[in-house]
Amino acid sequence: MKKAQLKENLYRWFFGLFAFSSLIFLVGITIILFKEGLPLFKEINFFNTIAGRYWYPTYEPPEFGMLPLILASFWVTVGALFVCVPLGVGSALYIHELAGDRQKAILKPLVEILASIPSIVYGFFGMVIVAPLLQDWLNLPVGQTAFTGSLMLGIMATPTVCSIAEDALGFVPKGFREASFAVGANRWQTLTRVVIPAAGSGISTAIILGMSRAVGETMTVLMVTGGAAVIPKSFFQPVRPMTSTIAAEMGETVIGSTHYHALFAIGLILFFITLVFNIVAEFISRRFRIKLGLGR
Amino acid sequence: MADKIRMKLENVNFFYADTQALYEINLDIYQNKVTAIIGPSGCGKSTLIKLLNRMNELIPNARCEGNIYLDGHDIYDPKVDVVDVRRRIGMVFQKPNPFPKSIFDNVAYGLYINGVKDRHYINYKVEKSLKDATLWKEVSDRLHSSALQLSGGQQQRLCIARTLAVEPEVVLMDEPASALDPTSTAKIEELIQELKEKYTIVIVTHNMQQAARISDYTLFLMLGKMIEYDVTNKIFTNPSKKITEDYITGRFG
Ligand SMILES: Nc1ncnc2c1ncn2[C@@H]1O[C@H](COP(=O)(O)OP(=O)(O)OP(=O)(O)O)[C@@H](O)[C@H]1O
Ligand SMILES: [Mg+2]
Repeated sequence: MKKAQLKENLYRWFFGLFAFSSLIFLVGITIILFKEGLPLFKEINFFNTIAGRYWYPTYEPPEFGMLPLILASFWVTVGALFVCVPLGVGSALYIHELAGDRQKAILKPLVEILASIPSIVYGFFGMVIVAPLLQDWLNLPVGQTAFTGSLMLGIMATPTVCSIAEDALGFVPKGFREASFAVGANRWQTLTRVVIPAAGSGISTAIILGMSRAVGETMTVLMVTGGAAVIPKSFFQPVRPMTSTIAAEMGETVIGSTHYHALFAIGLILFFITLVFNIVAEFISRRFRIKLGLGR
Repeated sequence: MADKIRMKLENVNFFYADTQALYEINLDIYQNKVTAIIGPSGCGKSTLIKLLNRMNELIPNARCEGNIYLDGHDIYDPKVDVVDVRRRIGMVFQKPNPFPKSIFDNVAYGLYINGVKDRHYINYKVEKSLKDATLWKEVSDRLHSSALQLSGGQQQRLCIARTLAVEPEVVLMDEPASALDPTSTAKIEELIQELKEKYTIVIVTHNMQQAARISDYTLFLMLGKMIEYDVTNKIFTNPSKKITEDYITGRFG
């Protein structure tokens, strides 16, 4: 009896350790980001960094204005939304509401496969196929632009948006649909007037998490956005989002230098942006469950 | 039985994929009467009531044979618009299922989707339906707050109001009071008595006393087969089959 209990306790500890390891990693990463990122703001004032218009880390004297990078991330992410929201929400609606069992059996795994393709493959595809095509069609000086990045990121975020939006549709109680049909509504009316509004905040959550994925994506944007650290004036010019800046420059910088700290500071900002996205998403989805009476 | 027949079922068989759920149902439903369907769990009560306004068509692979008439017209005729059938034959469900919208919008929903635009008419109809569902007094000062804040019994009456707003001729109710407390149940029963002045009502219930109290006709169903159908009084005082008596007196089920 005692021995069994000891064994049980051992199991508990063992698996508890795994469960809490993610917390340890989170804390560790946060500490490192702060420790390595904050020193930048001792050297340069925070506002001058965030709103600085020039990112010339290797010039003499160097400049560490992050505005071009932040704006680039912003543009590319917003652009990606225009791709992943219609595609992701649209396919979720189709899969959940209209597709028959057989189509579902094909489409759902397909979306998952799309989600599991490594980002380098998207980057490669964007660089080798999409960028030259766009350059040709739109008559641009270079094919690697904010637009190309948006397009690729949008496609990459589509599976995320789609599967979360589909879950949200699945949470809509069957009774809502039945009630709608029972007063004579057709499928389309039921979808637009009952199902989508009821799943609305769940769908918003999907969109925010898709955005969060787009902001944090590195490899693809590094390969397809062209990498020019200037404030973007048009969608069809090369830009350098925050993530690709870190990826491209971290290898060439001296550990402990201002440039090194600046890259960590970018990481810190990114960390906060995605944190806010995730908190907002969590908040909305919790309210969503309460609204549908699932939380009680 | 001089009552006027409103709906008629002829040789109805129903299948979920391969399993048959209803066998040879022949049934007359009378105007301005309450028809109760009773029987043990899983005997096909919900299946039968859903057939009456084609809600079963939402179930994949289900199949219905036979004919169901409303005023002599087959409601399953391919020329008949299912939307029209459901508007004329409304349904209230076991679990109150108000939309996560305001009280007003819940009741007005059926009007909106049927293309009613006239604001005055909608206002009038919402008030009237809420009054008919005996809910008006409790909610008239908060029509624009969420329907989900109402109690279970109020929600169910709201669902009844939503059904009444599109002016159905027949109202189907699948255990409308089974999720409610005794006070709310009493209110719903009272309401049903009032509603039958204007509507024809079919109600599924698990509760024998309830069937005896509120219905005029009772159908006893078992394993998908009609065992007995007669005026309620006869079913409950002098059933012609032994098995009906056993069920009613609680010897099984
Ligand atoms: N969607 C479905 N698919 C397959 N079989 C079903 C489906 N719905 C019901 N059935 C089966 O049909 C039979 C009748 O079910 P039904 O829901 O009509 O019973 P019921 O009399 O309403 O029971 P209860 O009193 O528990 O509500 C049952 O055997 C049930 O398992
Ligand atoms: Mg049932």
